[in-house]
Amino acid sequence: MQNVLQIVWLIPFLPLIGFLINGLFRKQLSKSLIAIIACTTVLASFVLSIWVFLQVKGGNSHVAEYFNLISAGSLKVPFAFQIDALSSLFLLIITGIGFIIHVYSTSYMKEETREHYGRYFSYLNLFVFSMLLLVMGANYVIMYLGWEGVALCSYLLIGYWFKNTEFSKAANKAFIMNRIGDLAFLLALFWIFSKTGSLNFDVVFSKGPLLDSSDITIITLLLFFGATAKSAQIPLYTWLPDAMAGPTPVSALIHAATMVNAGIYMITRSEALYSLAPVTQNVVAITGLATAILAATIALKQNDIKKVLAYSTVSQLGYIFLALGLGAYTAGIFHVMTHAFFKALLFLAAGSVIHAMGGEQDIRKMGGLKGKLKITYITFVVGCLAISGIPPFSGFFSKDAILLSAFEHNKVLYVLALFGALLTAYYMFRLLFLTFNGSFRGTQEQKDHLHEGPATMTLSLIVLAILSFAGGFIGIPEVFATGGDKLSEFLSPVVPVFREGAVSHSTEIILMVLTAVLVIVVIVMAWLRFRKYQQVEEKGIGKFLENKWYVDELYDNVIVNPLSRFGDFLKNVFDRSVVDGLVNGVGRLVNYGSRQIRLLQSGQVTGYVLLMVLSMLLIFVVQFFLRK
Amino acid sequence: MPVNYYIFLSLALFAIGIVGVLVRRNAIVFFMCIEIMLNAVNLLLVAFSKMHHANQAAGLANVGIDGQLFVFFIMVVAAAEVSVGLAIIVMLFRNVHSVNVNFLNRLKH
Repeated sequence: MQNVLQIVWLIPFLPLIGFLINGLFRKQLSKSLIAIIACTTVLASFVLSIWVFLQVKGGNSHVAEYFNLISAGSLKVPFAFQIDALSSLFLLIITGIGFIIHVYSTSYMKEETREHYGRYFSYLNLFVFSMLLLVMGANYVIMYLGWEGVALCSYLLIGYWFKNTEFSKAANKAFIMNRIGDLAFLLALFWIFSKTGSLNFDVVFSKGPLLDSSDITIITLLLFFGATAKSAQIPLYTWLPDAMAGPTPVSALIHAATMVNAGIYMITRSEALYSLAPVTQNVVAITGLATAILAATIALKQNDIKKVLAYSTVSQLGYIFLALGLGAYTAGIFHVMTHAFFKALLFLAAGSVIHAMGGEQDIRKMGGLKGKLKITYITFVVGCLAISGIPPFSGFFSKDAILLSAFEHNKVLYVLALFGALLTAYYMFRLLFLTFNGSFRGTQEQKDHLHEGPATMTLSLIVLAILSFAGGFIGIPEVFATGGDKLSEFLSPVVPVFREGAVSHSTEIILMVLTAVLVIVVIVMAWLRFRKYQQVEEKGIGKFLENKWYVDELYDNVIVNPLSRFGDFLKNVFDRSVVDGLVNGVGRLVNYGSRQIRLLQSGQVTGYVLLMVLSMLLIFVVQFFLRK
Repeated sequence: MPVNYYIFLSLALFAIGIVGVLVRRNAIVFFMCIEIMLNAVNLLLVAFSKMHHANQAAGLANVGIDGQLFVFFIMVVAAAEVSVGLAIIVMLFRNVHSVNVNFLNRLKH
């Protein structure tokens, strides 16, 4: 274990080096060199992560302390890394998926100029670094550093094509939304520090039970609000769909596989606090479920291939939050993992489609792509099956674990969650059929251009497809195989195992069969409806959903517009009249005053004498009568 | 004789001087009024110096003489001032054929 602690700092450090080299020498290095540096550093981190993973397997948990980051009065924040089952699992996800996406990007971004190519990869590396910092930190400050770093990189990458104003606006939106959440997170940190006197995980969690329940509730609620921004939950989810402005691999990396997991990781890490705050847990579960269903309904009517995936991400994250709120942390983490696999796969496959279509993202203009893009089609199908929860694909096991815990907790939650799961299957297969089935609806030029991407892209897809298929086997429920739930066993030192056995095995099997049958029915419905594309004008509820419940408009009207009107007021009225008035007024007063005082110097000797006498009298009066 | 008499007399003289300066325009009268004011002060100085040590220093002629010395200084300075001032007034009269001080405000320009 000792040598792990000596080497573990290399895991985040290597991508940082990659960032520095690529960022500083992007004008000198050739494209292939940039790609090699970026990929190698992440690959090296991945290899190290595997090694760390093997080391912590026996339930080891260690804190590697390097130096004092902050030391001021009673506040001591060491720069320390927490190495345990939870963080090592996230390390694997981040570096593993990150590496695949780096490789994929090397060909996806091929047409960029050398300088921008270097910029892109330096951002990607910086992002991996921040994310690693976030999950490895042994106290909330290190986590916060990573937290901010991720937001920054997200901003930089969403606005990667910064010459497009729309994209820049999307980047701003993501950053501002994240800042709102960050504020809550920061307040939570202050609160924690003032109550426990420390920000180190071990101290905070051991002191947790001593705190007032109101303090715990407020802290956990603030932390959760911070998480809603990062992990795109109600009310701060609207940035994620807009974040699709970035290059597609970025969407896959940040907005599907890693960054959005930051909030989930944070809540799971703070599980010791959350289990003390039942109120917050209910809030988390309800918010998660509401988000899951809201986003799923919106995804039904979206026509941009990436937007559909984005809303499905929001929806799946909602499921994970539902699991966290129900205390089923293992199920949540399980879904994080499988979701990272299949969502990265779906995004990269979508990227492949967009690449083949020459930048077209509207599924109304696609169709019939399965002949030309065989590998993409097959991998996309795997992704759809996984996200819909068809056994034995990975999504089945993880989603089932969440549904089961919902069933044990509350039947209403279960029904709603099941409804959301059916919606998921419906919109995913709608996307699949509209994109790959039917006849081609694009231009002839696009049709001639259709081709499968280079080997780096298809290989990435195949690897992710295998993971999406097999990723679920590490968490097979007790019903099928005793001791099959390797994941819970692995995580048990850090996260309490969800109490299985509240329902009998037969009920569990009935539920699984029910879910699977319903999902298949829904898929068939989608097949009947979308096998042949027809143009429909959306109206009524359809239009409402197509416009995303008008949430953006609501935010614009309730928050953004009043704020900008207030800004206009300050700029046009307050600044002009009050601020400028004050500044100019002082000048004008001096000017006017001196012009008046000038008149005193009349040249009339008697006038001077009179003034002299009057002032003498005044002094006399002051001296004798007013002075005490 | 109480010192109050001297004070009131001096006050009256000073007030006359001030009023004269304020209301008259004739430079000669100005000068006279200034002289009156100076002399009002002189009167006070002499009176105070005479009265101040009167009780404990009876019989000693040179006690409390400093106030009276000041008076001499003032007289000398006043005489010098009058000589310069009158010279100015004479030159003024030669130039403008008037001794009205309101003409003097032209110096402003």
